[in-house]
Amino acid sequence: MTVQTPERPAVTQEPPRATPPPPTVRAQQPETAEGASPTHLSARGLDLFYGAHQALKKVSIEIPSHSVTAIIGPSGCGKSTLLRSFNRMNDLIPNVRIMGELRVSDIDILAATTDVVELRRRVGMVFQRPNPFPKSIFENVAFGLRMLGLKDRNELEIRVEDSLRRAALWDEVKDRLDRSAMALSGGQQQRLCIARSLAVEPEVLLMDEPASALDPTATARIEELVLDLKARYTIVVVTHNMQQAARISDRTAFMLQGELIEFDDTRRMFTSPHQKLTEDYITGRFG
Amino acid sequence: MTTGSRPLRPGHDAAAFRRHQILRENVIAWILRGCAFSAVAGLLLIVLFVFKEAWPILGDRVTQQEANLAGFFSQPLWQPVSETPKYGFTPLFAGTIKVVLVSMLFAVPIGVLAALFATEFASPRLREILKPCIELLAGIPSVVLGFFGLMVLASWLQPITHAPVRLNAFNAGIALGLGIIPTVFTVCEDALRAVPKSFREASLALGATPWQTAWNVALPAASAGVGAGVLLGLARAVGETMIVLMASGNAAITSGDVFDSARTFSATIAAELAEVVVGSPHYATLFFLGALLFLLTFFINVAAGAFVDRLRRKLAGA
Ligand SMILES: Nc1ncnc2c1ncn2[C@@H]1O[C@H](COP(=O)(O)OP(=O)(O)O)[C@@H](O)[C@H]1O
Ligand SMILES: [Mg+2]
Repeated sequence: MTVQTPERPAVTQEPPRATPPPPTVRAQQPETAEGASPTHLSARGLDLFYGAHQALKKVSIEIPSHSVTAIIGPSGCGKSTLLRSFNRMNDLIPNVRIMGELRVSDIDILAATTDVVELRRRVGMVFQRPNPFPKSIFENVAFGLRMLGLKDRNELEIRVEDSLRRAALWDEVKDRLDRSAMALSGGQQQRLCIARSLAVEPEVLLMDEPASALDPTATARIEELVLDLKARYTIVVVTHNMQQAARISDRTAFMLQGELIEFDDTRRMFTSPHQKLTEDYITGRFG
Repeated sequence: MTTGSRPLRPGHDAAAFRRHQILRENVIAWILRGCAFSAVAGLLLIVLFVFKEAWPILGDRVTQQEANLAGFFSQPLWQPVSETPKYGFTPLFAGTIKVVLVSMLFAVPIGVLAALFATEFASPRLREILKPCIELLAGIPSVVLGFFGLMVLASWLQPITHAPVRLNAFNAGIALGLGIIPTVFTVCEDALRAVPKSFREASLALGATPWQTAWNVALPAASAGVGAGVLLGLARAVGETMIVLMASGNAAITSGDVFDSARTFSATIAAELAEVVVGSPHYATLFFLGALLFLLTFFINVAAGAFVDRLRRKLAGA
């Protein structure tokens, strides 16, 4: 770390930061939502249109690093759309227009000069339905690494094992790495997809209803995993399950018809929400 | 069922209507059955006819004195109308292999990559133009492709390849390839379109480039269909006659050089059957060639089916 001096050194390795760097290297312990953990992912005045239909309306949100942020709201309110904006997956849909500002760390996500491939490596994504490739378990996890040009078998093996361990799947699959991923159970497939994302060392993990296609046991394992992972990653989870949001997230964002209604500490959100709409939603009056 | 129910309107005899309906269903079912069976019967008749005419090669002593299995495979020359007829398959076999190989090497990469482009890269608008164009190529009668190979392609290619003769295996292979591209393209395109979008999303979300996604995810996931497309293309290449007849030069010479003229099994039958004496050893030999050709394409088709099944099961994780 550079010491603050009146004259900055000519060459700085660190990118410019809005806040002064913390005195220690990153805190490994999860911090409370009120803690000083810096914003990792942010949207400012984000509008998104599918053709003429506006799916996001002036959404502004600041997601702190190394925490779990849940996005809740009724079906069709724009949760997935917001999530997919952070790694520009919406680029794949024709006729999408997006305006406003999105940042991950120091990167301007929407800038024309931003390398989407690099962005997506840094901002990983786990989808609603487990979607492993029809390849072996090993090749699924090694995929992203191979695409980055990693060929050394030894290193691949080390990284695949490491990713599978982090996704709490290693013990279940270590004896059948060369078997097809399609033969795994739904819950295992989803953890494999998480391992696959972790292998390319992202900073952020976006999860779109990662457990909605799974049974309760598999869901519980995914939830545990999410709690484990926040020590190393910034996690944003879309869920329509409010109990799940309450169990796993530090902060919760409530969306309704394309608008971000409220964003707050999860405990406060579920006990004393500020907005009437939020209260109505979490008490089950609509949605 | 009808006894207790109330009539829909006064005077509507539900029972009579139902009787009529059943009769009509039965008649329709019989007509459909007849159509299906007549197609099968046609196939059986053709096979029976071809094998019957080829039979003397295996079962008739007089024919065997002039044309027999041992001769087919040991005799190096194909000269069926000379003083002492020679029925060596070797030159025809060499010609077939060369032409088919050239056509496949030309058509498979183009067909597969064009399908990959259409499904993975082209905008919906471009795809809507591209697809019918390539499929139109399939609608061009092979005699037209043959004519094109004979008159146009040969004149273009010879200055490039410096082949000793205008019409040669390479020329025929390229012309034939034009006829096969649509087969490969169409089957591959279908297979690629059937690949779930979720695979591509997963790949892109991992930081793979569009090309990496197309090549490492979409294509392998569609491999069963791609394999089937290639094998169907192969079956068509082996059986296709008119194009090779017109564009290959038709010289039955045993040579490994693709720039020599060549004659294939199919072109041989087409060229000689019209002038042959019915029932002669030459006639039986041509039918024997036809039977071989039939068996070959039949097995390629069976292999295509088995291949697709196996890959499908493998991809599904069995
Ligand atoms: N590809 C698309 N094309 C057009 N409209 C879309 C598309 N995807 C989503 N939408 C619309 O955008 C809105 C938000 O969708 P989405 O973000 O998927 O909601 P959620 O994930 O909260 O259920 C919905 O009204 C939906 O119909
Ligand atoms: Mg959604």
